[in-house]
Amino acid sequence: MAEQDWKTNKRSFAAVSIPTLFWVIVFFLVPMAMVWLYSFGENRGLTEIAISGTLENYKRATDWLYLTIFGKSFAVAALVTFICLIVGFPVAMAITFASEKWRPWLLLGIMLPFWTNLLIRTYALMMLLGTQGYANKSLGTLWEGASWLKTLVGLQPLPTWEPVQLLFNNFAVVFGLVYVHLPFMVLPLYAALDRLDRSLIEASLDLGAGHFRTIMRIVVPLAAPGIVAGVMITLIPALGAYLTPDLMGGTDSQMIANVIERQFKKANDWPFGAALSFLLIYAMFILIALQSMRRKVPEIH
Amino acid sequence: MALFARTPIAPLEYSRTLWMRLWVGVVMVFLYAPLIVLMIFSFNDSKRNVVWRGFTTKYYEKALGNDELIEALLNSLTIAGLATVVSLALGSVAAVMLWRFRFPLKGAIDGTISLPIIVPEICLGVAFLMFFSMVSWPTDLVWPFNLAAITIAHITFCFPFVTMVVRSRLATFNREQEEAAKDLGASEWQVFRDVLIPHIKPALVAGALLSFTLSLDDFVITYFTSGPDTITFPVKVYSMVRFSVTPEVNAASTLLIILTVALTFVALKAQGVKAIAETH
Repeated sequence: MAEQDWKTNKRSFAAVSIPTLFWVIVFFLVPMAMVWLYSFGENRGLTEIAISGTLENYKRATDWLYLTIFGKSFAVAALVTFICLIVGFPVAMAITFASEKWRPWLLLGIMLPFWTNLLIRTYALMMLLGTQGYANKSLGTLWEGASWLKTLVGLQPLPTWEPVQLLFNNFAVVFGLVYVHLPFMVLPLYAALDRLDRSLIEASLDLGAGHFRTIMRIVVPLAAPGIVAGVMITLIPALGAYLTPDLMGGTDSQMIANVIERQFKKANDWPFGAALSFLLIYAMFILIALQSMRRKVPEIH
Repeated sequence: MALFARTPIAPLEYSRTLWMRLWVGVVMVFLYAPLIVLMIFSFNDSKRNVVWRGFTTKYYEKALGNDELIEALLNSLTIAGLATVVSLALGSVAAVMLWRFRFPLKGAIDGTISLPIIVPEICLGVAFLMFFSMVSWPTDLVWPFNLAAITIAHITFCFPFVTMVVRSRLATFNREQEEAAKDLGASEWQVFRDVLIPHIKPALVAGALLSFTLSLDDFVITYFTSGPDTITFPVKVYSMVRFSVTPEVNAASTLLIILTVALTFVALKAQGVKAIAETH
């Protein structure tokens, strides 16, 4: 039975469509439309905003300062996605090829952090990365170990360990975002790898390709849709991340979401904040359009 | 361990090779070590969070005695509960609409329903801030009505996930069951309640878990939507983390982590790991 035409069963259609459409229009499209309209407005006085159709806000967004912040956000999000992919791919492989007994537990191991509160996870990481935290202590121990080894072979010991600044800088932002987004990457990768026809891998191995070559030439191309999905699922929230750069970043690690927040909570420049928000949304649309374009390209192989 | 494997490792048993095990082990330590340290230090008898000074539960007493924190936690749980119930209803209805009917502008409506998943949190937060200030939403209502604005915002970003999960489950529904029920005299509503709902139940459990945790987790949208007097758990923890890092935050966080784990296990008991995993 195919889909039913709505005219043949108007009462049931009304029952399911009216609540949905009502909610989507009133509590999603209307608020979004307001942001869009405000982005063409200007401040008149303290609380009054006139929607005058000006493009001034968008012009201001192309200032060098904001362009660099946009560029930096993209760079950070891309780097985070790349690291997640490199770290997550072997994990997804391990889950896929794990025994029946282990697979659910490994999956659960990846999913539990995904369900744990983001703020709590960020805070936990901050505790660990602080100058007095365990990350620094472990590094210090390693340093002393290396120093001890050097004296053992008769060399000068290393200078005494100085705690490194692991928090409130760009490193912390990337580290924190990887920590938060890793499960987002692993789950779609696993979903794609799980559907893979294993006989193709076996064939490749039988025909003499090594494991690495099999992965690069067989597994990766076949799992490409899952990889693209994982990349998008990681890239999009990383690009709009607010909490991690806010709590773990330094003064120079502002990402675009932090600038938007400032327009609303501190600078009180709603029209400009609205324009920045819509620029971020347009960026997402471009990313998604690129992804769907890729999907439409017919497979040549 | 691979080193002591009794049977030789078959070519495809990647997860039995030593390197793979090390990699997965390191990733798991990376994911869990911060949380475990956080939980251990909630029992630390020291104001500063760095050196272990003996076991105490006084920070739990402090956290549980902190009225604002408890109020925030209750608010968060109430919002999550309400948002889950409404999201389940709205999400399933939307899924049934998209699955069952052919109607004009279907592609556009389908895309719009999943948009809240894609739109960055910060933009959604900004939109709700503007929306609720434009319609001059009252901020001084009595509990639980003062939570309405936040709940509405949460439903908007939760229900598309329910729709997604339910829709993929509906794709496996055998429509002959529906026809059989109708032949036997069931009404539309009876078919929905007695045939369709039981079929999508696993998706509903997964969707409920997803909505509840997403709502409980949300900071950014709540931060923009909440009035001056309503506070939720993440907003409260945020201000605590901002101003001082104390074991009290650890204690409160530990309680929430335990709650999350417990919820997860309840859902797993109901559906099994695999069913839940497949919905992602």
